[in-house]
Amino acid sequence: MLNPFEILETINMIDKENLDIRTITMGISLKDCADPDADKACEKVYKKITEYAKDLVTVGCNIEKQYGIPIINKRVSVTPISNLIDALDDKSEENCIKFAKTLDIAAKKIGVNFIGGYSALVHKGFTEGEKALINSIPRALAETDIVCSSVNVGTTKAGINMDAVALMGKIIKKAAELTKDNGGFACAKLVVFTNAVEDNPFMAGAFHGEGEGEAVINVGVSGPGVVKCALEKVKGEPFGVVAETIKKTAFKITRMGQLVAQEASKRLGVPFGIVDLSLAPTPAIGDSVAYILEEMGLEKCGTHGTTAALALLNDAVKKGGVMASSYVGGLSGAFIPVSEDAGMIASAKCGALTLEKLEAMTCVCSVGLDMIAVPGTASAETISAIIADESAIGMVNTKTTAVRIIPAPGKNVGDVVEFGGLLGSCPVMQVKEYSSAEFIARGGRIPAPLQALKN
Amino acid sequence: MKAVITVIGKDTVGIIANISSLLYKHNINILDISQTIMQDLFTMIMLVDMQNSSVGDISDGIKQIEKDMNLSIHIQNQDIFQSMHRI
Repeated sequence: MLNPFEILETINMIDKENLDIRTITMGISLKDCADPDADKACEKVYKKITEYAKDLVTVGCNIEKQYGIPIINKRVSVTPISNLIDALDDKSEENCIKFAKTLDIAAKKIGVNFIGGYSALVHKGFTEGEKALINSIPRALAETDIVCSSVNVGTTKAGINMDAVALMGKIIKKAAELTKDNGGFACAKLVVFTNAVEDNPFMAGAFHGEGEGEAVINVGVSGPGVVKCALEKVKGEPFGVVAETIKKTAFKITRMGQLVAQEASKRLGVPFGIVDLSLAPTPAIGDSVAYILEEMGLEKCGTHGTTAALALLNDAVKKGGVMASSYVGGLSGAFIPVSEDAGMIASAKCGALTLEKLEAMTCVCSVGLDMIAVPGTASAETISAIIADESAIGMVNTKTTAVRIIPAPGKNVGDVVEFGGLLGSCPVMQVKEYSSAEFIARGGRIPAPLQALKN
Repeated sequence: MKAVITVIGKDTVGIIANISSLLYKHNINILDISQTIMQDLFTMIMLVDMQNSSVGDISDGIKQIEKDMNLSIHIQNQDIFQSMHRI
């Protein structure tokens, strides 16, 4: 018989500490859906998604019931749609939008809550299709509900495509403008990456990468609440104990992710890809990464010491998780999306957490400036410059960085943008008043750093 | 599959009787039972064989007992505990 303490520990984690599987994401290759005719291609896309993922939600719900573990999201990621746009004879905006709408309808048909892959990888340059897709992103996101988009503008190997960075500033502004009645909601579904990973199960940045197979099951675990509660028991202890406690907790969380991933893969008849070890917060009380940092002894997340605390957390999560899963991948680290984390929201509201501090934090955690609202008056060049800074951090440190920023129309510092649900609410943060326009106007590429020359 | 049923709540007459009769109705065999008082709460853990039934079949019955007797009852595939706590 199992040890009752262990059983109760698990139940406690689920019931009181918000332990859950954040997402089961099925990656589906759309490479075989390319067609010179947009309507025919869209038909193939719809057919493939609805066929491959038809049981995804049912299987997810059954696993949830049988194991008594909540699986919050069931999602689909697809091959970057720019590949399909490149195959078109007519790469018009209208044709691009057709793909976005097809993804939206297919995703709704199978019952998932997001579909990712309206994406392009342009870290070195644009193809015609990629340019067309990027230019269509604002409308695509404004005219669909659950389609997510991402653009990779830099890698350690290739450097940073500053033309793409400049363009994304404008695209983000336009996306915000088109959804100004919803606080610029389209921007919450758009991520600008450097060193994007091919097997990320988390939205909005998920896409089915070039090196992936026909279909794959990737799972993202969560559990900031569990880590926070574990740390409550080691108050005042030295950092060695803190790291050890996080490692043990991360191990348990990840083992559960591994079990669910394998079970889902078996039931769906789709190979298991990876478990993403990320600590993903939600706006729910007790499900916050910021509160873990505060539990380590910081009065407010964002104060001096936050970067060190986050570095320890991020590292310990990986060390604990890596032995628990046969294949670890995705972004794997702590997420710090401001609007989706009750503690981050509180810190941003009281001024403890600023854009500059967040930027520093992104050097040591899994992603980047995530779900940040800035005043609607911030210029496209300023947004581009923020992206460039973040890309530079990713490029030089050989890590993934991302920017998901919302220049909220009509909002100013002190206002709060409400998105609701998992996306939470965003206090508007101050950006620099000084211009970066001439810097962004240069264009071209920032060369790959010395770190790239490993061969 | 084998499942673990965990019952937590205030100790009262008929907890085991109610649950075991529900299991009997669904032809579910009880393999092991342990009970203890933890932090002033009655805690019972049962290992059952779900070969002839599924979690979905008994979930309504479980919910009813939870409500009637003011208990918290979980039923989970035992693999989850094995994988979380054993290497």
